[in-house]
Amino acid sequence: MAKKGWDEFEIGAMLRTFDGKIDDIAGTRQEDRAYSQNSSYTASVSDWRLIKPVFNKDYCIDCQFCWVYCPDVSIISRDKKLVGVDMDHCKGCGICVEVCPTNPKSLLMFPEQAEEETVIANWPKKDEEEA
Amino acid sequence: MAFDKMELKDVEVWDGNYAAAQALRQAQVDVVAAYPITPSTPIVEGYAKFTADGYVEGEFVMVESEHAAMSACIGAAAAGGRVATATSSQGYALMVETLYQASGMRLPIVLNVVNRALAAPLNVNGDHSDMYLGRDSGWIQLDAFSPQEAYDLNLIAFKVCEDHEIRLPCMVHQDGFMTSHTAQGVNTLSDDAAYGFVGEYKPMNDMLDFEHPVTHGVQTEEDWHFEHKARQHNDLMTKVIPKIQAAFNDFEKLSGRKYNIVERYDMDDADVCVVCMGTSVETAREVALEMRAKGIKAGVVGLRVIRPFPFFEIAEALRGVKSIAVLDRSSPNGAAGMLFNEIAGALYNADTKALLSGYIYGLGGRDLTKKHLVDLFNELQANADAGKVTTKLQQFIGVRGPKLAYL
Repeated sequence: MAKKGWDEFEIGAMLRTFDGKIDDIAGTRQEDRAYSQNSSYTASVSDWRLIKPVFNKDYCIDCQFCWVYCPDVSIISRDKKLVGVDMDHCKGCGICVEVCPTNPKSLLMFPEQAEEETVIANWPKKDEEEA
Repeated sequence: MAFDKMELKDVEVWDGNYAAAQALRQAQVDVVAAYPITPSTPIVEGYAKFTADGYVEGEFVMVESEHAAMSACIGAAAAGGRVATATSSQGYALMVETLYQASGMRLPIVLNVVNRALAAPLNVNGDHSDMYLGRDSGWIQLDAFSPQEAYDLNLIAFKVCEDHEIRLPCMVHQDGFMTSHTAQGVNTLSDDAAYGFVGEYKPMNDMLDFEHPVTHGVQTEEDWHFEHKARQHNDLMTKVIPKIQAAFNDFEKLSGRKYNIVERYDMDDADVCVVCMGTSVETAREVALEMRAKGIKAGVVGLRVIRPFPFFEIAEALRGVKSIAVLDRSSPNGAAGMLFNEIAGALYNADTKALLSGYIYGLGGRDLTKKHLVDLFNELQANADAGKVTTKLQQFIGVRGPKLAYL
C-alpha cells in the first residue's frame, strides 16, 4: 500500500472492506468480490504456516465438514464440492484434517516443503481396524 | 418517532445532573451504556427513566464496569448511533483506556464528567483530578460552572462533536455536588427547539451501512500510527475551536445565552486576575466585584474549553494584566499545576510582563471561600505593586498545618 501522508486518508483508523458500494455479497463468490487493498483477503499470510494440508480428491465424499470447521474460511468449495485450499490464508491449524470423516482421510498435514504429487502418490491406505 | 414530548416551563428548578439528563433526552440519544458512580449517577438514571417512560426512543445498557460502559458506547457509536454516558472519579479512571479508543476511532460520544477527587484516600466530593486525568486523551473538554451551563453545553457538545469535520468525542464537565446536586433555575428550550439545534444524527463510516462494510478498531504499527495521531492532533488544534465558536454563536441566537471559548469577567481594565475553572469561577466573580469596591481592579477568567487548550484566546484575555493567579483544583504531585503550566506556556512568547503565580486549592471538596479569594486578590495586588512575585510560585489554599509553598 502506498505510504500516504497524515492528511491523505479517511479519519478514524477505519478500513473499508470493499472498493465502492456492494450488494448481494452473500450471492457473490470471493474471487468476484471487489475487495479493497485493506481487506485481509488481498493479503497473503501463508508465511504464518509451518505445516500445510494436502487434499486428496480420491477419498473425499464432499461432506463439507472441513469447509464448515475451517476457522479462516480457507477451504474452497464450489457447488458443494471441495476444490482446494486457499493457501494464502490457511494457517496450517489442521482442524480440517481432524474433522475429515473418510478412511483414509482426504486431507492430511505435511511439511510446508513437501511436494503434493509425491505425498498423494504415497497416501496412507484404508485403516481396517478403525473401520 | 415513537416517543412523547415533555412540556417544560421556561424556567425549571434543576440540579446539574438533571439538567444534563434532560439535555440527553432532548437530543434523543440512541444509546447510553453506563455504570453508575457518585456524583454522576442521576444523569444516566435520568436518561434510563426517560427511556422507560417513553420520552426517548433509545436504549439504556447496564454494564459491569465503567471500562465496559465506554466500550459499549464505542461499539454503539461505531455502529452509527448518537451515544452518551456519564461518570466520575474512580469510574473515569477505569474508563481512561477506552477514552483513547473513542477519540482515536473518531467517534463523537458525549461523556458527562461530574468532577470528583481520586482516591486514595477515598472521597466522593468535587475536585478536578479526574478532569485533569483525561486531558491528553484526544477528547474535547467543555466546562460548565452551573446547572444552566451543564444543560446548554450538553446540547452544544453534540452539535460540535458530531460534525463530520470534527468527529471527536466530547466531555462536558461539572463540579461534583456543587453543580451536580445544587438545584438552580435553569432556562429551558422546548423539545423541538433543542432537537432542532442539535440536529438529526448523521452517521459516518457506520458499521450498520451494509453497502459499505468497514472495519473499526484496526491496528497500526510504526508505519501508520504516527500519521493517525498527527491527524487527530491537527484536527483538535485547527478545526475544533472555530466549530465550538460557531456553535456558541448559533446557540446565542436561539437562546440568548452567550458562551465564549474563554470567559472574561471584569477584565477590560483589570490589573489583577484569577484564572480558574468550575464553580470557583462564580465565587471569584463575586469577590472580584467586592475588591473593585475597595479600589483593586480585579477580574476573573474562566476556561470554558479545556481541550483543545485555547492558547491564543487565553493570551488575549490576559493581555495587559499585571498579576495573575492560576488556580489548580488537582494535586500536581511533583510539578506545577496543569493550568499554571499551560498558561505559562501561552504567555511565555506573548507581549506581556504579567506576574504569574499558581495555587493548589479545594482538593476533595474543600471549600474555596470568599475570604480565601479576598486574601488572594490582595496578594496579587501586592505582587503588582512590588513588580515581582512576592511569594513562592506555588502555594496551597485552605489546607491545615504549616504553610506549603514551593518553586
